[in-house]
Amino acid sequence: MTNNSHDHYGPGLLAPYRVLDLTDGRGLLCGKMLADLGADVVQVEPPGGSPARNVGPFYHDNPGAERSLFWWAYCANKRGITLNVATDDGASLLRRLVANADFLIESADPGRMAALGLAYADLQAINPRLVMVSITAFGQDGPYADYQASDIVGMALGGFMHLTGDGDRPPLRVSMPQFYQHGSAAGAAAAMIAHTHRQLTGEGQHVDVSCQQAVARTLAHAPQYWDLEQTILRRMGAYRESAGGTYTRINWPCKDGYVNFQPGGGTAGSARSVRALLEWMAEEGMGSPELDAVNWEELGYGTARAEIMEQTVADVAPFFMTHTRNELADGALERRILLFPVATPSDILAHRQLAARDYYDRIQHDDIGETVTYPGHFVKDMHDASRVGVRRRAPHVGEHNGEILGGELGLNHRDLNRLAELGVI
Amino acid sequence: MAALPLEGLKVLDFCWVAVGPMTTKYLSEHGATVLRVESAKRPETLRRAGPFAGGQSGVNRSGYFANYNANKYGLSIDMGHPQAPELILRIAQWADAITENFTPGTLERWGLGYDRLSQVNPRIVLFSASMLGRGGPMQTQPGFGAVLSSLAGYTNIIGWPDRGPVNPYGAYTDFVCPKFAVAAILAAVDRQRATGQGTHLDMSQLETSLHFGGPMLLDAAVNGHEPELVGNRHPAASPHGAYPCAPDANGEADRWIAIAVFTDAQWAALRDEMAADGVADAQSGEFRTFRVRKAHEDKLDGIIAGWTANHDRHELMRRLQAVGVPAGVVNDTRDLFEDAQLQHRNHFTWLNHPEMGRYATDYAESHLSATPGRLDRPAPLLGQDTEHALRQIIGLTEEEYQELAEAGALE
Repeated sequence: MTNNSHDHYGPGLLAPYRVLDLTDGRGLLCGKMLADLGADVVQVEPPGGSPARNVGPFYHDNPGAERSLFWWAYCANKRGITLNVATDDGASLLRRLVANADFLIESADPGRMAALGLAYADLQAINPRLVMVSITAFGQDGPYADYQASDIVGMALGGFMHLTGDGDRPPLRVSMPQFYQHGSAAGAAAAMIAHTHRQLTGEGQHVDVSCQQAVARTLAHAPQYWDLEQTILRRMGAYRESAGGTYTRINWPCKDGYVNFQPGGGTAGSARSVRALLEWMAEEGMGSPELDAVNWEELGYGTARAEIMEQTVADVAPFFMTHTRNELADGALERRILLFPVATPSDILAHRQLAARDYYDRIQHDDIGETVTYPGHFVKDMHDASRVGVRRRAPHVGEHNGEILGGELGLNHRDLNRLAELGVI
Repeated sequence: MAALPLEGLKVLDFCWVAVGPMTTKYLSEHGATVLRVESAKRPETLRRAGPFAGGQSGVNRSGYFANYNANKYGLSIDMGHPQAPELILRIAQWADAITENFTPGTLERWGLGYDRLSQVNPRIVLFSASMLGRGGPMQTQPGFGAVLSSLAGYTNIIGWPDRGPVNPYGAYTDFVCPKFAVAAILAAVDRQRATGQGTHLDMSQLETSLHFGGPMLLDAAVNGHEPELVGNRHPAASPHGAYPCAPDANGEADRWIAIAVFTDAQWAALRDEMAADGVADAQSGEFRTFRVRKAHEDKLDGIIAGWTANHDRHELMRRLQAVGVPAGVVNDTRDLFEDAQLQHRNHFTWLNHPEMGRYATDYAESHLSATPGRLDRPAPLLGQDTEHALRQIIGLTEEEYQELAEAGALE
């Protein structure tokens, strides 16, 4: 039974709760989010280590089970044990852990857990309060349930790719994985929804996440354009089709790279932003009487007509070419213009706002004798910054077998050695 | 009908545009009572953004707004009115959580900062979201997810090497953050219920979004690597891309299939499918290993595109999936409504709206076995629930309500 006395556990918002994380590379972010919020997350890997340890990039570009930066990023804050749940001994140990767990997260192909005797119904019999989260590409059943989906396949079926890229080229994905991340993050949100119910009623349940749906839910108003106006929005490269027949330019070259600026009317500072830019241009002798005359304040969001956009590009693009990314970003801050640089990872690591907010967590890696910089609090608790963030590096293979299987389940050295010989841990 | 998992959770919601309302939609979809405060004098951005039902604009006709605000109560309050702060403090006493995504400092200007709110309700969880977070030199920098995607590192890695970068579709970071926001809000609510203590959560959309790029940031921090534009190429897969397909029955030519080959066995299966259709280039052993495929990827892509262009994309998806090759059609927005799996999951739910008629809203991607979410009320008309919410939910007397209405605090 869970002890709800938060203060007993430590500062993390979810400190009283235990999560068993059986996911592979597809679902690691879900448990990571709960771990960042303070939960005690135990990553359960097959003996030899999770296949996610083979996912690059790697420390100093050398592949190896303890060198995957993908693993480091998404298993920080977790402890790790090895357990072959496909063996009777392994499944039995997992059931013992389930008895005292609050959450179990898994990302196996549909049907796999049931084949191991670890379906939700099996685990619920052990612990009726358990919240089990299953993260799969398409959900537990349905016509695509058994389809193989890598990131690009999921981003295609989720509707993202058709809308992204140049109009005269194939649709594009983001060239770092997004598909399973959307589903994993949705899984963490849903885990907390189910948890809220469980804390009031004692009732656990099974959460079945579809990554395809999670991506389809990221498409802004594009699906609604089909539903309400029978318009299929399309990818337009540096531009965006903001409605049927109207578009806006978002991406602009400048002196040393690119910036993003979204000209348009309406509220949320858009009209003011355009006016501020026009004023800046005028101060530098590149003013545009034609654009000054446009009634930006009365234009709705995304409703600038094509001729206004053409005039905007004709007058604004040359101005951007006279400045660097940093000059434009600094001017935008001062003048309240909706403009951001197209940033590289090193720009992001050095960003002054992130530094001022003490965003990055620097974690000591004892094994390599280095301190590594991690993205920190995904949300900041204004009362106590230690409630959310990164506290420890990702576990080595089987690093906490003794602590958890020995310390908690009471297995002695001889038991652990026997299980290792049998390939269970 | 099954119970809803967040029944009893009371939320005072100031969120607007996309990221905030999407967050509170997860709450309203799962049973929380969400009182959404808006201004009638200055209807929020999404009420003025298309698409509109029947193509006719109007503050109660936007599908963009209607999608994200289903199941919420709509209150219209003039926040500039001198009696508004007092009314909000009254609602704050009722609420478990308050959500807002104004530019930092806005609540404080109304005299409604966390300190004041927690005076009237020490248990309150205040959730604040902004582009770049509270404090720091750039806290008031305005922005949208559409441009923030660039600062968050996404735009830099989308595009073809011979062209410039392009943005991910939509206000992308707006759609990354709500899932983190829901988890954080409910974690704070959990702590509130266990300890009686409230807190103030401050979400920077930039900081949250960077978690989808964690490995890339570590790669830069540890190895000094800067990514390059690679189109659809993947360092560990070949072939890997979107390939053209035959036009469909509607004559639509913008048809594609994504194919990803991570193993030699997957390649052998793809090659056999092509060979069965007489694609001679695929029959040679030339591309047997990953190393060779990677070295001749342009040629390989050309061969595959030559094959796919003659086939229906759904036929190819079924054939390739049947032999274990990851493949999926590139769905456009119409296709999403016709997608067999999304239909199976009830991804789109239709609601009847008094002005718009029937409209589609996205249903939860996470299905809860015992207490599934439910979308059963259309987004509110502007100010539609002001009287009902203040009288029935907050418990204002008839007299109190009339006085506020006559004073002009309610719009």
